[in-house]
Amino acid sequence: MSRRQRNRLLDVALHGAGLTATLLGLVVLAVLLFDIFSDGFGRISWDFLTSFPSRRAENAGIYAALLGTVWVITLTALLAVPIGVAAAIYLEEYGGRGRWSRVVEINITNLAGVPSVIYGLLGLGLFVRTLALGRSVIAGAATLALVALPVVILSSREALRAVSPALREASYALGATKWQTIWHQVLPVAFPGILTGLILALSRTIGETAPLITMGALTYVPFAPDGIWSAFTVVPIQVFNWVSRPQEAFLANAAAGIIVLLALLLVMNGFAAWLRDRYQQ
Amino acid sequence: MVSMSKRNRQVLLTPTRLRRGLQCATLVGSLVGLAACGGGAEDGGTAAPAVVAVDGSSTVFPIAEAVAEEFQLIDPAARVTVGVSGTGGGFKKFCAGEIDISNGSRPIRAVEIEACAAAGIEFIELPVAYDGIAVVVHPDNEWATTLTPEDLKMMWGPEAQGTVTSWNQVRPDWPDSELHLFGPGVDSGTFDYFTQAINGEEGASRGDFTSSEDDNVLVQGVATDPHGLGFFGYAYYEANRDRLKLLALDDGDETNGAGAIAPSPESVRDGTYQPLSRPVFIYVNPEALARPEVSGFVNFFISDGGPLAREVGYVPLSDAEYALVQQRLDARVTGTMYGHGNEMASLTELLGDGH
Repeated sequence: MSRRQRNRLLDVALHGAGLTATLLGLVVLAVLLFDIFSDGFGRISWDFLTSFPSRRAENAGIYAALLGTVWVITLTALLAVPIGVAAAIYLEEYGGRGRWSRVVEINITNLAGVPSVIYGLLGLGLFVRTLALGRSVIAGAATLALVALPVVILSSREALRAVSPALREASYALGATKWQTIWHQVLPVAFPGILTGLILALSRTIGETAPLITMGALTYVPFAPDGIWSAFTVVPIQVFNWVSRPQEAFLANAAAGIIVLLALLLVMNGFAAWLRDRYQQ
Repeated sequence: MVSMSKRNRQVLLTPTRLRRGLQCATLVGSLVGLAACGGGAEDGGTAAPAVVAVDGSSTVFPIAEAVAEEFQLIDPAARVTVGVSGTGGGFKKFCAGEIDISNGSRPIRAVEIEACAAAGIEFIELPVAYDGIAVVVHPDNEWATTLTPEDLKMMWGPEAQGTVTSWNQVRPDWPDSELHLFGPGVDSGTFDYFTQAINGEEGASRGDFTSSEDDNVLVQGVATDPHGLGFFGYAYYEANRDRLKLLALDDGDETNGAGAIAPSPESVRDGTYQPLSRPVFIYVNPEALARPEVSGFVNFFISDGGPLAREVGYVPLSDAEYALVQQRLDARVTGTMYGHGNEMASLTELLGDGH
């Protein structure tokens, strides 16, 4: 076999391996989706979306949990985005490259790897008890904001770092201050990247159950949140509860709940993608 | 500067646009802030909705949910919320004064009573239903139909760990095939009760069995393993009758029914399914009972909870026992009925004693 033939063979093999790896992920996703849709699609109806939880599987609905999730994730975004982006700007633009900034960086990276249930304990101690926010929507959102923050900060830093130094230098050369450069030049260019990081962080956060259960989110809530002080539950907790019920009919509800959560996620991501494209044009 | 931003306009997000976006975000943020202040002011006022906060055991959750659902129809103004933080977690919140009612799948423990006392919080202990613990095997298992508590102890005792590994070690006439055990996680009230009743000490058990906090996993495990044996709440057997074989228990005591008795709503309620049936409780804060919505909910729980408990797979108390529980509630009897070696006594005895 000539060297050329061997290289071509290697090329084909690598192509095949890459394709298999890609398909593997897709096949798992397809199996998962098929399983969930075959179990739960029949349960999706207007009634399911607008009913409160019930002991009878056929009467039970996702309304309170769905609105709870929307409330919590919206507040989480409002808390995590300004803080996360501001922290990223400080670390990337002002923080320098000294020992201090390395320590902070390592700690934030570590925080991104802390199991989310730990944040639930922190939320219970800090928000629910010490700050006396109770087991309210705002306490849940603050807890989830802690879960999301490290990812938001890290991805925002990456996005800021990817902005060409030439752009910054050109801005300085024209006499702009540091703040003017960040605000008028760097942030607009980094915006799509920051947005992508936010989508990833919030998509992960919306499916979190453990920290919310730990901080004391409820399971049976027969009303939609009517403010940030309201008691609440979220879709993953409702799904978790249905899965653990003895009666099989609740399993269909759980699958339907997962479909609703997936749909919500898709809407969120679609909105963010639309926003990104708008700003990128 | 001006000319530069003009040049950028085609390619990038313009400063004005970004600024408008941020202003918008700030507006939303301040709205939330306003809502926060409004909510905070309202919290202390009289306009707060009448919430009955219930939390605790996952075993009792379906009953509490059913009662809350029906109570809502009678009293639409009351808002009953139910959390699931486990029996122990529920007592922690109860003794911190965070909730009105704590669900327990076992009686309150001495340390929990101390914690409540330290916080100055009293409790009224009210049994609301029975839960039978079903012992099941695979439907293809032809040899096992009845068990004695001694058989179970042989399988589950701490000393069985690593030594009792096949069926014929329990009874010589059973086959020489591997024994696969499935049981609830060590944090569950079902595990606590089973170990107390069978091994004589709460929490004492072998550790080498397949355990899961999710009873459906245990059902799945036994239903697919011809050599398996497991235990969990009767409701989970009832929902999976065709996939499991239920075993009868013979406790050797003729006074509570002769021979081997399988769990059923009747045998659990009349106390002949022994020793694996247990009451489940709600613990009520007497101070919270002063609020009409809490008092209404608890009274409804005792008066109408029986059929609802049955509907979700549990066994109601007898009418006479509900009457005794109602008396206990009306008389605001605080403290626990348990704690002097009477863990296995029947409810009628305990309630009748007037502890």
